[in-house]
Amino acid sequence: MFSVPLPLASGEREEILKIVGDILKNHAANRENLIPILQQVQAKLGYLPGPAMEKIAAASGVPAVDLYGLATFYNQFRLHPPGKHRVNVCMGTACYMAGGRIALDSFERRLKIKEGETTPDRNFSLERVACVGCCTMAPVVVVDDKVEGRVTPTRVDGILLECGASNGAAGEAPAAENTPAGREQAEGAQRS
Amino acid sequence: MSEKVTLTIDGREIRAAAGGKLLWAALDNGIYIPNLCAVRERVRPAASCRLCFVEVEGSAAPVTACTQPVKDGLVVRTRSERVDRLVRSAFELLLSDHRLQCRECPANRSCGLQKIARERGLKLRLTRLKPLPKEAAIDESAAAFSFDRSRCVLCGRCIWVDREVAKVGAIGFTRRGLERTVTTFEDETLAESICNECGLCVHACPVGALYFKQPE
Ligand code: SF4
Ligand code: SF4
Ligand code: FES
Repeated sequence: MFSVPLPLASGEREEILKIVGDILKNHAANRENLIPILQQVQAKLGYLPGPAMEKIAAASGVPAVDLYGLATFYNQFRLHPPGKHRVNVCMGTACYMAGGRIALDSFERRLKIKEGETTPDRNFSLERVACVGCCTMAPVVVVDDKVEGRVTPTRVDGILLECGASNGAAGEAPAAENTPAGREQAEGAQRS
Repeated sequence: MSEKVTLTIDGREIRAAAGGKLLWAALDNGIYIPNLCAVRERVRPAASCRLCFVEVEGSAAPVTACTQPVKDGLVVRTRSERVDRLVRSAFELLLSDHRLQCRECPANRSCGLQKIARERGLKLRLTRLKPLPKEAAIDESAAAFSFDRSRCVLCGRCIWVDREVAKVGAIGFTRRGLERTVTTFEDETLAESICNECGLCVHACPVGALYFKQPE
């Protein structure tokens, strides 16, 4: 029933705590500010990791479970890190009627995750979105920035192959380039 | 103590402290009004179960007794066609995602739902709605008690005592819609969480969702 948080890569926890600490310096940590604070954390980290919620809880005196309550109440918040490839399955009315649910189920089965989750290697994250505006192509899936139309289960396999799916078997460590620290390193290397 | 005033409930004159809530004034005087989420000490009632509707003279629509302040001269009726319809619907909605197996339930015969059914002549089964039972593993991690979400009616009483009496903050509401549930931070088991297993929430639970492993 419940989705389990992904394990953190080495050094990730420290980075999370530093970023949250910086955000907390600019906000009074009271109840009214909790949502803006969570939004900023997600803007920086791409999701809301447990240590971030715990740190905000400690600073505000609000129980950590209430931060978790906010994070699970609003659709805008993610509890898993965004994957290297972001799969968004459209569940707008047209796509839903045309088999969007079947496409989503296929991704869930292939990637062995549920919607809202990310594979342990952080290669793929899976989400549902409301209408992306090209209903004539229903059911639609947006992978990274590419729009795929008429997505059948066979096409799901094709999409994953094109992304070079390594299937993200459970327990597999996140590939270094898929963690925030790793990405920063890679970007730094590119810049220099 | 605040000033006592006189109000009328179902034609009976009763005296109660002004400013208190109507629900408690009625219950204290032996007049039954269904309720699940109310906590007497709670300053801002949750008013979430929608079972305590009554007619108050001068109000266009039925009001929740747990939020209605006691005032001098209040004229209240605990039953009316409109009230009965509201209560029947709220009750059936609560049952619609409730695992109704009283014979196997630790709350059997002391249950808040059973009491309402008995007092108001309501059926403990679904007549109009489709069952949507919650599927969730029972949390048996605490030493003395267990938590079975499939019987939870989301009254919030356990959360209130956890915060305001035990002063722990281990449990809270998370998610929304049909997935709304009482849980701990990141859905840890109670034993893994900051819960100190005081058991106050078990006493607060009006149904068989939180229950002692050894019947008391
Ligand atoms: S909580 Fe009450 S109504 Fe539900 S199964 Fe137990 S005894 Fe029956
Ligand atoms: S566990 Fe019991 S007390 Fe807590 S919300 Fe559910 S029904 Fe109410
Ligand atoms: S007791 Fe009034 S709404 Fe629950």
